[in-house]
Order: sequence, then C-alpha cells, then structure tokens
Amino acid sequence: MSELITKTAAELAAAVSAGEVSAAEVTQVHLDRIAAVDDRVKAFLHVNPEDALAQARDVDRRRAAGEPIGALAGVPVAVKDLFATVGAPATCGSKILEGWYPPYESTVTRRLRDAGAVLIGKTNMDEFAMGSSTENSGFGPSHNPWNLAKVPGGSSGGSAAAVAAYEAPLALGTDTGGSIRQPAAVCGIVGVKPTYGGNSRYGVVAFASSLDTPGPFGRTVLDAALLHEAMSGHDPMDSTSIDAPVPPVVEAARHGDVAGLRIGIVSEFSGEGYQPGVMTRFTEAVELLESLGAKVTEISCPHFKYALPAYYLIAPSEVSSNLARFDGMRYGLRAGGGSAEEVMAASRAAGFGAEVKRRIMLGTYALSSGYYDAYYGKAQQVRTLIIRDFDNAFSQVDVLISPPTPTTAFDIGERADDPMAMYLADLCTIPSNLAGNAAISVPTGLAPEDGLPTGLQVMAPPLADDRLYRVAAAVEAAFTERRGHPLLAEAKGL
Amino acid sequence: MTVTYEEALQKYEPVFGLETHVELGTLTKMFCGCITTFGAEPNTHTCPVCLGLPGSLPVVNERAIEYTIKIGLALNCSIAAWCRFARKNYFYPDMPKNFQISQYDEPLCTDGYLDVAVGGKTVRVGIERVHLEEDTGKSLHVGGATGRIQGAEYSLVDYNRAGIPLVEIVTKPVPGTRFLAPEVAKAYVTELRDVLRSLDVSDVRMEEGSMRCDVNTSISLIGSATWGTRTETKNVNSLRSVERAVRSEIERQAWVLDEGGRVIQETRHFHEDTGVTTSGRSKEEAQDYRYFPEPDLVPVAPDADWVESIRASLPELPSARRARLIESWSLSELDFEALRNARALDAVEATVAAGASPADARKWWLSELARRANDSGTEVSELPITPADVARVAALVAAGTLNDQLARQVIEAVLDGEGTPDEVVAARSLAVVSDDSALLAAIDEAIAANQDVVAKIRDGRVQAAGVLVGAVMKATRGKADAARVKDLVLERLA
Amino acid sequence: MPITRDEVAHLARLSRLALSDEELDHLAPQLDQIIASVAQVQEVAADGIPPTTHATGLTNVFRADEPVSCLTPEQALSGAPAVELQRFKVPRILVEE
Repeated sequence: MSELITKTAAELAAAVSAGEVSAAEVTQVHLDRIAAVDDRVKAFLHVNPEDALAQARDVDRRRAAGEPIGALAGVPVAVKDLFATVGAPATCGSKILEGWYPPYESTVTRRLRDAGAVLIGKTNMDEFAMGSSTENSGFGPSHNPWNLAKVPGGSSGGSAAAVAAYEAPLALGTDTGGSIRQPAAVCGIVGVKPTYGGNSRYGVVAFASSLDTPGPFGRTVLDAALLHEAMSGHDPMDSTSIDAPVPPVVEAARHGDVAGLRIGIVSEFSGEGYQPGVMTRFTEAVELLESLGAKVTEISCPHFKYALPAYYLIAPSEVSSNLARFDGMRYGLRAGGGSAEEVMAASRAAGFGAEVKRRIMLGTYALSSGYYDAYYGKAQQVRTLIIRDFDNAFSQVDVLISPPTPTTAFDIGERADDPMAMYLADLCTIPSNLAGNAAISVPTGLAPEDGLPTGLQVMAPPLADDRLYRVAAAVEAAFTERRGHPLLAEAKGL
Repeated sequence: MTVTYEEALQKYEPVFGLETHVELGTLTKMFCGCITTFGAEPNTHTCPVCLGLPGSLPVVNERAIEYTIKIGLALNCSIAAWCRFARKNYFYPDMPKNFQISQYDEPLCTDGYLDVAVGGKTVRVGIERVHLEEDTGKSLHVGGATGRIQGAEYSLVDYNRAGIPLVEIVTKPVPGTRFLAPEVAKAYVTELRDVLRSLDVSDVRMEEGSMRCDVNTSISLIGSATWGTRTETKNVNSLRSVERAVRSEIERQAWVLDEGGRVIQETRHFHEDTGVTTSGRSKEEAQDYRYFPEPDLVPVAPDADWVESIRASLPELPSARRARLIESWSLSELDFEALRNARALDAVEATVAAGASPADARKWWLSELARRANDSGTEVSELPITPADVARVAALVAAGTLNDQLARQVIEAVLDGEGTPDEVVAARSLAVVSDDSALLAAIDEAIAANQDVVAKIRDGRVQAAGVLVGAVMKATRGKADAARVKDLVLERLA
Repeated sequence: MPITRDEVAHLARLSRLALSDEELDHLAPQLDQIIASVAQVQEVAADGIPPTTHATGLTNVFRADEPVSCLTPEQALSGAPAVELQRFKVPRILVEE
C-alpha cells in the first residue's frame, strides 16, 4: 500500500500546504485504497471518485493561486451517511431513505469543505444511528479491519472501519450513546464525543436530539483534534449549540501531559460482563497514568447503573417522534396502496429495520399518557441524578476514566437479534451522553485472549474537551513509545 | 322534530368556550426565515426547516414571542417566567414532521380576561391560556364532489403555510349567559379581533384564515350542579357563524337530551349554508398526543424588563378607548357601535383633534364619507380627504360661510381632487351669500313669480314660505343660508 | 408489568407501522423484555428531583424576524414520490384532523 495512506492527517495537511504533494494525488491514493479493500471492509455506502477528485483539484487550484486553503486542505474525510451533503445521498443506513439526495448541506460538512477537506465518501452505519455494530444497516454490515469476521462497532462503524483500514485518515461520526467511542475502541483508533452543543447538529439527521453529538475519528490524537477544531463552534441554525469558543483541543493534543492531574476511576464500570483482557489493558493504562504523574483514585457514581435503562427510555422516546416524518409522503420510500394512513404504515414497515421498529414502539410506549411519568418522566429525573454524580465526581477529580466498552469486537451475527446483549456495549459510554459531557476513547493495546484492540475512555466536564486530548496524547505517546510502533500497524485483517 | 332556541333555554343552561387560532403578522415563519405571504404559488416559501427535512432544526422567531406576550398582556394574563415548547405528536400529511411544535403544560401566558359588552351589560370572559405553535400546510382535496376530504381520491399539499406562527387563545368556560350565549360568543370574538388589530400583531381576517375559531358548547338542566358534555365545533369562519354555531348546537343538544339521548363528546363541523353542525371525528377515544418537551429548542424565559417594555408599548385597547370616547363625546352605545362598524373611529378622533365638535365629526364621517367609502369599496380611512379637511368644512359651516348643501359640495370636490376646502370654496365661489341686499333681489323675484304662494302665506300658512325659499336657493345656486332667506321672505311679506 | 402482543400491536398502529403477524410474534417478546429492563428506573427514589430535558442550561435562543433565502419549488419537491400542480401528491386521507 502506498506510503501516503499511512500518513496522518496532520502530515498530509502540512505536505499539501507546502506543495510537497498535490491534493489530487492524496485523494487518488485513498480512492485506490478504497477500491482495493472496501469490497471486504464495506465501510462505504457511496463513493464518487470524480466528485472527490474535483474537490481535491479545487484545493490545488486555490493553493497555486495563493488563495487561503484552510487547515485541512487536501485531507480526505469519510462522512457518516447521517450527514446531509449536497451531491451525495444520505441514507442514514436505511432503506427508507435509499436514494435520497438532500437539497441542503449540514453545517459541519460545510465547515470542513471551507477548511479544504476532501469529503471522499459516505460511510455505512447502523440504521438511523441505532446500534453498536452496523449490523442494523439496511445495506449489510461493515467489517472490522482487524478481523473481517468481527464487527467494527456502531453506530458509526463504517467511519471507524474506514479510518482503521487507511481508506481515509479522518472520519466524521455521531455519538448518542457511545456511537463514536465504542467503534473507535474496537477498531483501535481514536474517537471523540465532543461536549454536547459544541458543534452543530444542523443537517445531521436526528436520532435522539438531546443526546446526538457529531464528532471526529482519527488514527492519532492530534488528527482527531484537528478535525474536532475544524468542525466545531456555535451555529445559529442550531438552538442547542453553545455560543462559546471551541476549547483549545489542538494545543492540548500537542502537549500531552498528566503530571499532577487528578484522575478518577469510575468504580461502577468493572466486574461482571467486562472481558478480562479489556480490564487487563485498562489496569495497565491506570498504572501508566500514575507513572506519568497523575493522581488516580476511585470514585463511585452510584446512579450510573441506571444510565442504560434511562437512556433506553429517553433515546427511543425522542426517536419515535424524530422518525415520524418518514412516511412516504414527501421523500423516501413510498410503499403500499390505499389511503394515506395505509401507505404511511406500509412504507414505514417496509423501510425500517427491526431495531428501529423496536425503538419507535418503545418510545411510543414511554410517552403514552398514563406511562409518561413512570417511564420517560422518571428517566429524565435519573438523568438529573447522573449529572449530579458527575458534578460530585468532577469536584474531586479533573477527569474520569473507564474502559470504553466491556468487550473487544464481537463476531458479526453474535448479538444481531439480541437487543439486550447489544445494548450492553454502551454501558460505559452512555452516562456522558446523558450529561452532555465530553469523552474520548484512545487505543491502549490488544486484549491478550483475542488480539483485538481495546482502549481507555476519558471523560471531562462540558467544555473541558481539551482535557481529554491532554490525557489521551500523553497515553498515546507513552504506549507508542513502549510498543515502538503505532498500534494499528499490528492489524492483520487486511 | 326539533327544539326551538326559546324552548331549549326554558329548560337548559348553556356553557360555551372558544379556542381561537391567530396567524401572527411576523415577516418570517415561527422557526425559520421563510417569508409568510398569503396567496403565493405553492411550495415557493419553504426551506429544510419548515418542510421538516431530515436533519433540519427549528430556531425561535423573537418577534413571535414579543407579539404573543403583547397579546397576553392585552388580555390581562400573567406571563410565564420560564416555559418550553412541546411536541404534539400525530400523523397527518399537512404536518411535515408528523408532530407540531406547540406548547403543552407551560403556555407563555395564562389566566387573563376580556370584558365584552352585550345588551348593555359587561360580561367578563376568562382567558385560560395563550400559547404559541406552528401552523400546518394546506391541502387541496381532489376528486370528491365538494372539494372536501370525504370522497376525495387524493390530496395535494402546499407547505407555504407550514411553520407560520400561530397563537392559540383559549377561554375559560363561560357560564351564566343564558339566552345571550350566542351573542356573547360573537361579541367575544369581535372584541378579540379588535384588540388584536389594535395591537397590530395580525391582520385577523377570518375570511383569509388568519383568525380561526373553534367553539365548544354544552348544556345542562337549569339548576344542575354539573355541566353537560361538550362538543367542539370547527369550520366557524365568520362572526355570524360563531353566533349561529352556538345557537344551533344548543338547539341540537337540547333536542338530543329531550329525546332521552346523551350528548356525545365529539368534533362537529359547522355548515355555512344550513347553519347547523354535523358530526365529525368522535372524541370519545381522545387522541393521545404524547406531548413531551421539544428537545431541539431551549426554554424561553422572558426577562421582566422585556415584558415591561412590551407592556409600556401597548396601545390604548379598544375597551379603554370605547369608555373614553363614550364619556368624552357623550355617546350612546349604539352611537359608538355605528362608529366602530364603519371603522371611522380614528378618522372621527382625528377630526375632533383638528377642531371639529364630536357631533359634527360624526355626522360627516358616518353620512357622506361612509357612503363614498362603501361605493368605492374602500375604508373611510383610505378616502382622499383628511380629518383636517373635514374639520375645516365643519368650521366653515359653523361660521356661516357654508350651509349644509354647500358643505356637501365642497366635500365632494375635495374627494374628487379639486384641492383643499378653502381652495374649492374660492375656486367655485361657493360661499354663502351673506349680504341681505343681494338676497332681496332674488326674494322679490320669487315673490313676483309665485303670487298664489304669497297669498297662502298672507293667509297664515307660513309653511308655504318653503317654496319661495326653494326658489331663492335655486336662483342663488344654493349659496344662501336657507334660514336667513326664510326670515327675509316673511319680513318682506309682513 | 408484562406487555401483551395485543398491546404491542396497538403500539405499532399508533406508530404507523404495518407489522406482519410474523414480525409481531418476533418483536413482542423482545419488547416485553426491554420494557421490563428499562422499568428499573422506577427503583430510583426521585421525589423532588427535577427532570433534565436539556443538558446545556441554555435559554432564550432566538433569531431575528428577517427573511432568509429558501428552497426553490424544484428543490423542495425533489425526492417527492408524486407531484402534481407543484404540490406534494398524497393518497386520499381517511380521517380529517
């Protein structure tokens, strides 16, 4: 494989900016890589080579003309198919939107285009972001580049697989219950859930509105930071976006350091259900942090054990309403005949997969008159208690840590029709979504029993995203030095 | 087979309530920047937000909040210190998201009242709530006989109207009006419309749909401790229909109860042509809208200073103005109604301010000018004559320069664009002849030409002098003071 | 409290999902299991605890009443399964709202 594709985004951006390599060449080698491996990885749903090359040539033209070209100029970015991008479909991994071309662009992708990034293709995902493996995609699952029989995680599994397979150095995903962090962990790359409201949801098809957070994937902490910075910031088109400066994530990524940092281990995230190899690597990471000068303690967050049930009430409630618009009347699949009511019901039955149907019905149940207080209402109260647990924890420590997910990548098919088992993948990630905090998963090593990657999750209070990068950069540097090479170099799946 | 209204009221007490939806006259829609014109080509004022395209997000129009607070204050409501929008979930093709962003248990304004005058008494209609929501699109139903839904083959939907800000004003139930229930209902809607017009927040045209009423009616046996089952009547499109709908529902419900039946809680449809209601959707299975707080919008907390500045900007409300004018102009209720119905209040007030007496001002605007406005299909305020002009004409009459007939000619001339009253008088030499000697010549001629009349006068039949006066008026082309002429005639013949 | 197949069928109707009998047979027990699990939230003592619907604490986010350019009718209707007279053509609506 071409040397160029192993370069980091930081290196590629510098090389393009310096004129050492053209954006067109960078894009071409990545398109070649996609052509070479994606029939096995199946990370992408749509790639339009002509369009990608046209974007790249535009970067080259502007560079040659001395025009400003942006911090990510010439760097290919894979985009989860949940984002509205003009000129490409946005299926959200669902048959109900197969062939839908949005007539408008999401704020985040527009910012990336303005930064000179080349949007190289739209990636596979669990349908409407519901799932932890991409097996809920209406178009077949993606495969983990470490072992093609394994899932790449989800719901942003396609984006994670693309980056891990060197098909693109950067990718966009969304994280609602862990959908960036968990795939990042099981694919051995970096994935970040920024502070909720830290970047715009305008043009990102809604799953659970109060939890959805677009975020970056990269092979390195610095790469993730570069993407994080380029995509983030207040958007007047999104009422829930925060009007505050983007935390200095790139600066923090360049200066990893944990000396004197107070770090809390969430005591609830261990024990039964946690794969021994995952815990081994986690313990090793804790020791590393201590050796680097951090003060590590254990903190109990007693309400975190209710985070999963609370999440599986709040998210389905919001999605049952968000997905009501898909009825075959204005866009998307229209099936069946008869009255409008009949066509709506037939279109939705034909277009949605099982998990989506389950969650829609669950949400309808939780919001029903007579059940609202006991289910949705109660879950929002639990949410308050979880936020208070975080507040209490962050009054004692600067960041919290845990494994990102209880296991390494599981087999494709293993949990596909077992929703409760699938939901367990989100145990460690969900609390941060409920609180709107920032969190990262950074690769640490391989679980001895299966040789598959696991990572370290770091959690910080809202708007303290830079703390994540400071810690993650320190961990990454230390482990890479010990290992002698990046973790991803050990991936043998392809 | 039926019950007359009088018969019904012998046995039953009516209670009614009104829900009024008002389209606000903001420039743009409630949650997006599309403009709110009426009558545009279909689907020419839409965007991802008001079309509810996947990924779109709402942002609140500040002016809509301001207008709603204004309405609440004018209706003597309390303004919420903190409130949220909520989703009202139901499937219907004219609602692009299959939920409507509205308010549920946290309306912006609550607990007010509006006093209405009926039959010389004041009835205080309680206002339960005033809240904000978004309007739906509009459907054309094709294929049925009447253009209505029943029997249609398909429908064509235009979303220009979707997203226009809609204020919903709900009264508390109004008991105790007895026979006057229909009139009070109509008076309430009329007064509400006038209040809204004075606030300049909507053009409140029922015929264009910018103000829509649903009427709730119930009856119970006189002396009963509880109220009866209520029905909701929709499609009440004019003030007259409000009155007729209440009346017909009272009659119908009385007949049902007299026959030993039970009034069903349902939605009924009012028919303009027959004046009766027919059954629509049964409300027995009350629809569960699964309300929950809108996660894409943040709470609205209008600060006290803002509310006070809105309060300070309230114009004189119709009821206050009415009280003031009735008192200062010594008007009867009927006099006032006449002015209000002719929409001449502003003109008359301005004319009085320009120096005319209230009586004179009223006389001119309600006779000559109202007639002209009617003939040309315009408002009195749009006539090409100013209140200052009218005041001048009245002054000229008071000074004796013009008599009524001449004054009318001057007014006509001003309307026809010949200039100001003074210019017209000069140009046409319309001044009353005030020189007696000039009149005497004409008087002598008239006497000479009408000897038979002279004989009658001498005989004691003084009224016959009118003929001579008429002849003199004709001879002077109206430029004489008729009273003076008569005096002179009688003197001459004495 | 377990949820019955009939109740699940009712939820499907409310959600406008025309599920087949096979789907109902398959999904109903799964839903029952999930509901039993999420009902755990009821164990939490939460008297007096306010619910959190928005994590950011933001309030009063507004836009000015100024026009912004919108979609052309072609763009608005792109993707529509059926169009007539520049409107979205939809099948006959049974129940009037």
